Amino acid sequence: MTSHILKETPSQTGGPYIHIGTVPGFAGLKTRSQEQQHILATAGPVIRIEGAIYDGTGAAIPDGIIELWQADPSGHYNAPGFKGWGRAPTGGPGGIWSFETVKPGVVPWRDGRPQAPHVTLAIFARGINIHLHTRMYFPEDEAALVADPVLLTIEHPARRRTLVATRLSGDGMPVYRFDIFLQGDPETVFFDI
Amino acid sequence: MAFDGEFFRRDRRMHPPAYTPGYKSSILRSPRLALVSLEQSISERTGPVFSAEHLDALDNDLIRNYAESGEAIGERIIVHGRVLDENARPVANTLIEVWQANASGRYRHLRDTYLAALDPNFGGCGRCVTDADGYYHFRTIRPGPYPWRNNGSDWRPAHIHFSIFGHAFVQRLVSQFYFEGDPLIARCPIVATIPDWAAVERLIARLDMEHQVPFDCLTYRFDIVLRGQRSTYFENRPAGN
Ligand SMILES: [Fe+3]
Repeated sequence: MTSHILKETPSQTGGPYIHIGTVPGFAGLKTRSQEQQHILATAGPVIRIEGAIYDGTGAAIPDGIIELWQADPSGHYNAPGFKGWGRAPTGGPGGIWSFETVKPGVVPWRDGRPQAPHVTLAIFARGINIHLHTRMYFPEDEAALVADPVLLTIEHPARRRTLVATRLSGDGMPVYRFDIFLQGDPETVFFDI
Repeated sequence: MAFDGEFFRRDRRMHPPAYTPGYKSSILRSPRLALVSLEQSISERTGPVFSAEHLDALDNDLIRNYAESGEAIGERIIVHGRVLDENARPVANTLIEVWQANASGRYRHLRDTYLAALDPNFGGCGRCVTDADGYYHFRTIRPGPYPWRNNGSDWRPAHIHFSIFGHAFVQRLVSQFYFEGDPLIARCPIVATIPDWAAVERLIARLDMEHQVPFDCLTYRFDIVLRGQRSTYFENRPAGN
């Protein structure tokens, strides 16, 4: 039996050079082994998830990172053969970040109800004092989105839409665009988990 | 359905708020709407698994891991400590990543234009994994303070950035630690984003003379606390977990 006896270490911003520590190859340092972190899967029906993170002026931030955590296609976390975690710098052309992965399956909510397929995202950057936590959902899962316990937690229906990606038409692998707005009119929903 | 092992709520009074105008970069990068409180599901209570097998041989030695023609210049230090959760249980096998400026306060990064010299033998990036008792250590040089544009020329105290995963996405944490006795800590606008000085104290590494390497390295101790899980007593099943 234990009680809450220590306090969590406080957060501080990742600062302007977070790429050095988290994606050193991207920062111009020697690439470490296992640095292809934005590629989670190369086999199966691979999809790309991409987007930009916009500040309060509408500018895409070039100096952050985004991390993704997801279940495998059958709805399992930490499944053998699929790590389910990835990390990408937000520093591509136009501030684009992207992941190549597979679409996650359905995972249960606390009471056993299904959650709509989603990926969990965390954002770290200069000017962000404590990382921001959000989710991305898939637009084609219309019935599941309407019943999703997390989306239903969000009081204003208009804000729920900030968590649903747009499917881009294109040939080749399916591409989902998910733009994140740190503030302003379309401010993305961020969670306190 | 029972739901064991929920993590304690994050006590946001111990963390900096998003909007801290004394640190100007936060102004345009802080959400203006309230965070939506989310009960934890399996999506938040799980997280990636790392192990020592994911490391390269010199990953925890920043004096040598990017060296080309010799060792990095500066005060040689070892940083060690324990990673515990809020229940004081060790957090084993968790990845810690660190990054820092060199001894003169310069980062090896294209966008760092500080006039201080780069060190050809120092990259400023390392990582380690905690052992079964939650211990970690790495070797590096003590970073220098550096100036930055915030209110004119503000100076950062010597600091090492770190990133740690824990075992669940809710335990994820990125922060910075400082060095005991540095007069710049109390003058730093980024430190000052933390509203509670007692919380700042928990980001200060302490000189640990007993663990020096004689005639080689000074040692600093820095312990990290991640969120803990609560025990569940009555939730449609017998007590305990
Ligand atoms: Fe720094």
